[in-house]
Amino acid sequence: MKVEQISVFLENRTGRLSDVTKTLEQNDINIRALSLADTSDFGILRLIVSDNEKAKNSLKEAGFTVGRTTVVPVEVQDHPGGLHKILEILSASGINVEYMYAFVQQSGQNAVLIFRFDRTDQAIELLQNNDVKVLRGEELYYI
Amino acid sequence: MIYDVEQETLPREDLENQQLKKLKTVVERVYHNVPYYRNKFDELGLKPEHIKRLSDVKYLPFTEKQDLRNNYPFGLFAVPKENVVRIHASSGTTGKSTVVGYTNRDIRHWAELMARSFMACGVTRRDTIHNAYGYGLFTGGLGVHYGAEQLGGTIIPISGGGTQRQVTLLHDFKPSVLCCTPSYALYLYDVAQSKGIPFQELNLHTGIFGAEPWTEQMRSEIESKLDIKAMDIFGLSEIMGPGISIECATAQNGLHIWEDHFLVEVIDPETHEPLPPGETGELVITTLTKEAQPLLRYRTKDLTSLTTVPCSCGRTHARMQKVTGRSDDMLIIRGINVFPSQIESILLETEGLSPHYQLILRREASMDTLEIQVEVDENIFSDEIKQLQKVEQKLKSSIKDYLGITADVKLVEQKGIARFEGKAQRILDYRFEDSSG
Repeated sequence: MKVEQISVFLENRTGRLSDVTKTLEQNDINIRALSLADTSDFGILRLIVSDNEKAKNSLKEAGFTVGRTTVVPVEVQDHPGGLHKILEILSASGINVEYMYAFVQQSGQNAVLIFRFDRTDQAIELLQNNDVKVLRGEELYYI
Repeated sequence: MIYDVEQETLPREDLENQQLKKLKTVVERVYHNVPYYRNKFDELGLKPEHIKRLSDVKYLPFTEKQDLRNNYPFGLFAVPKENVVRIHASSGTTGKSTVVGYTNRDIRHWAELMARSFMACGVTRRDTIHNAYGYGLFTGGLGVHYGAEQLGGTIIPISGGGTQRQVTLLHDFKPSVLCCTPSYALYLYDVAQSKGIPFQELNLHTGIFGAEPWTEQMRSEIESKLDIKAMDIFGLSEIMGPGISIECATAQNGLHIWEDHFLVEVIDPETHEPLPPGETGELVITTLTKEAQPLLRYRTKDLTSLTTVPCSCGRTHARMQKVTGRSDDMLIIRGINVFPSQIESILLETEGLSPHYQLILRREASMDTLEIQVEVDENIFSDEIKQLQKVEQKLKSSIKDYLGITADVKLVEQKGIARFEGKAQRILDYRFEDSSG
């Protein structure tokens, strides 16, 4: 129900992002989803990858500061109002979304949203009670 | 123009006799009144009567800034507390400031030495002195203030800050003398320019600048832009404040040290051996007349050299060269003394912050800026931007609280901070790299 996301601290410098992707490539790690948040000085790259442990270790070896966080992948129907329905449920219960990002599955039927909540367990319970499909890790990594 | 002709032009032999007499007295006083010094003497097996000649000063123990901190706040006072009429202090982290006390007589001496200093720079009782040094615990503001009153000049106690208003008063009150840090003088110039007030139309003829290191290039820049004579004044709060030494307008070649109040030496900072005149080393000062808090052989960490070659102005007091640097890593940022170790301890107190940092000093629009780059390690790293920004803010406000300076805090990648020969280069000072400042 929860999946692990790795995050990487990056200075806003040319080539730093490609240093990350190079390391992942060299270690044969596939990126399932990503998002980059940035300020004028630094950025945080968030990644869902095929092998967290390996990704984390290889990035650390390459000198990056790496963190791990628990996020919640949710499947949403890929049509207007799909996301809105989920946000309404969360907002009605006062659960805060710290950040989120999305990607579309290869089949093209559904979108997957990656949520970072302030209260992860309550959020999962709430979503499941409202018949929202929360994905398991392996479903996400090997879609 | 000499304020105290008798003292300032005393033949060196008489001056040195006076110094020896005063040195014996001060040694006697600290031995009997300051337990810290008494213990030091006892450890060394030294008695006051062992000091027979001026050169015997080399047997006395050194005093360092840390000794003042260890005796915080009043442990080095040599008089009962009721005789202390004023306290000054310099900044420190977590409340450990360097404290200095003054008796009534100390304050009077200080005012006299400042009056001597003013007159040495060509300032007289007919002058109006715009004093933009900060008033308060910092010695700059009040030191200049009392000296100007002692001289009989007109003082404008505007203190630091409020630059727009400073410029207005420079224009309206027509002061003839400006006292502030050299970098602030250039900043005043920039602000006046932007207000359409040319400095040439002001009434200023002399600026007395100190409290931070400045180069000859900066002096030329100030003199040509502000159309004034720029004089260097030296002082440090531990010894007294501004007015320990000053350039004379006649020769403008080195700063006369008021040797009837201070016994000076230059030592090798490594071996602690006294160096002969002309050689550059660390300036060491023994106070000869201070009552409240006399200090023996205080290590200023300022690098300079001494000369007793007679000066064309007629003063016999030795001259020190403009301070060229420091033997420790103290930084002077906008007139405030900052040690990298202070910043390091603030970092460590700011929860989770890595001790890997770099300080970058620049001079922008004539003002010193400090950027602190801190490495982000796994302890503080978060996947949320706002958490990292919170860390930046917290550090910024701690620096402001403890040190009184505003710093830019920048989070950087680990090991992004260049290390040289296995040792981190903590400080990058770009302030004196070009003459335009």
